Amino acid sequence: MSKDERGRAARRGQPYLEEPEAKPFWANLREHKLTAQRCSSCQKIFGFPPQALCPHCLASDYQWVTLSGKGKIYSHIAYHRPWHPSYQDKVPYNVSLVDLDEGGRLVTNVVDCPPEEVRIGMAVEVVFEDLPEYTLPKFRPVKQV
Amino acid sequence: MTNLSGKCAIVGMGETVVGKRPDATTNSLHLEAIKTCLDDAGINASQVDGLLTNQPLNDSHRSYAVKLAHMAGIDPSFATDLALGGATPIAMVQHAVMAIEAGMATTVMCVHARKRSTADPTPGYPIRRGDEHWEEPWGHFAAAGGHAFAAQRHMYEFGTKSEDLAHVAVSTRKHASLNKNATLRKPITIEDHQQSRMIVAPLRLLDCSLESDGGGAVLVTSVEHARDFPKRPVAILGMGQHHPHFGLLDAPTLTTLGGKKSSEMAYRMAGLRPRDMNFAQIYDCFTITALITLEDYGFCKKGEGKDFVKDGRISIGGELPLNTHGGLLSQAHLEGQLHITEAVKQLRGNEVEPERQVANAKVGIVSGHGGSLAMHATLILGAL
Repeated sequence: MSKDERGRAARRGQPYLEEPEAKPFWANLREHKLTAQRCSSCQKIFGFPPQALCPHCLASDYQWVTLSGKGKIYSHIAYHRPWHPSYQDKVPYNVSLVDLDEGGRLVTNVVDCPPEEVRIGMAVEVVFEDLPEYTLPKFRPVKQV
Repeated sequence: MTNLSGKCAIVGMGETVVGKRPDATTNSLHLEAIKTCLDDAGINASQVDGLLTNQPLNDSHRSYAVKLAHMAGIDPSFATDLALGGATPIAMVQHAVMAIEAGMATTVMCVHARKRSTADPTPGYPIRRGDEHWEEPWGHFAAAGGHAFAAQRHMYEFGTKSEDLAHVAVSTRKHASLNKNATLRKPITIEDHQQSRMIVAPLRLLDCSLESDGGGAVLVTSVEHARDFPKRPVAILGMGQHHPHFGLLDAPTLTTLGGKKSSEMAYRMAGLRPRDMNFAQIYDCFTITALITLEDYGFCKKGEGKDFVKDGRISIGGELPLNTHGGLLSQAHLEGQLHITEAVKQLRGNEVEPERQVANAKVGIVSGHGGSLAMHATLILGAL
């Protein structure tokens, strides 16, 4: 279902849930766990997208580890033009690059915050958006105590 | 290692009419570019023995360089498609130099064309970058978005403002207004830029380049053969590339790009410095791209691009005329192929509208930039 009419990856706008390297990432999100690969050799987090060998040392052994879900905004933008029909009613909407505390970066959305209040360096934490076919990791500002 | 500076030259160049070409196809635009280039060089196809092209964005064009060679009557001993996005046209010239110096070809056609303004009737499916499914589920679809991330970050780190980017758009449009083969020729003001609608904040409509139909080509040969051609040859003095990341997810920074190392390599090869350049044709898919590249190329310090682009410094007659043809922003977006042909014309002299000619143009620098701000290539060219 995540393939186009020629059997290739991903319908436009959808994740590719069956991608072999990324399958556990999407399965774990279904259980509200944000996970990443950690190299069994150099102990570093692989980063995203997932891949078969460690990008730091090319070792092939790794474990999926659950991350804290905390991170910081590296940069953020606001789409004022919908490139995809399903975003017609959502503009302007935020898209952010979030650097996760343990390593790795995601393209994601900051929620529970107006787009104009998102800031570089802002501390954020993961929230899980459950859709019928998959769960997307999104982020909200960490409340100042 | 031999220094290849000045060993090869561009001896022919061609540009098609750009803009909306509803009756053209991807194939016809490539052939038109080849034809105009051969005519300019005063030779026929049988005298060309190498062909390089940019992988078309449609999967029905496989091994396109070979197909195109035979469609044009070229029997190549050296041919391939390169795939470095908007860095490809410059990389083609670099590969041509390497092939000629390696003895694999003597005369190499480097051609690029696109049909992105009007529908391309070519059957097949679009080629994609391959990591879009790590962006699109969150609503990130466009090159404008990737460059808006860089602009936001540049604004945060260095205090650059949208009004600063406007200076790039205004100066570039002024140059396009002087170019008969430019798509957008009506001059604009800083205020026009500031009032243009937001596309992906912080980038506005007038920060964005065009989508165009058209093509261009250059012909490369050794300097020994260069004098056999009718037009003034343009020497290839410096070359560089650097590709510091692939996607937004592995980019170590978005405010210094591949242009830094790529230009350092090209300056070293040419034995020249930024202040030796009489003009710069800098890849301007967005205003921010040009501003970051001017910094990376050493024309000003990192973070000072916002001041460098003001006070007419980047206009014809200024300290460093930038994109004298109108660039991707206002002339046409053909992945920078026309940045190269424009540099060739400026260095030949007497080939552009007189008000667009950079006085005493002897040396210029050209940049290419592709993918998710990922790929970069540099050429330094000089009049012979």
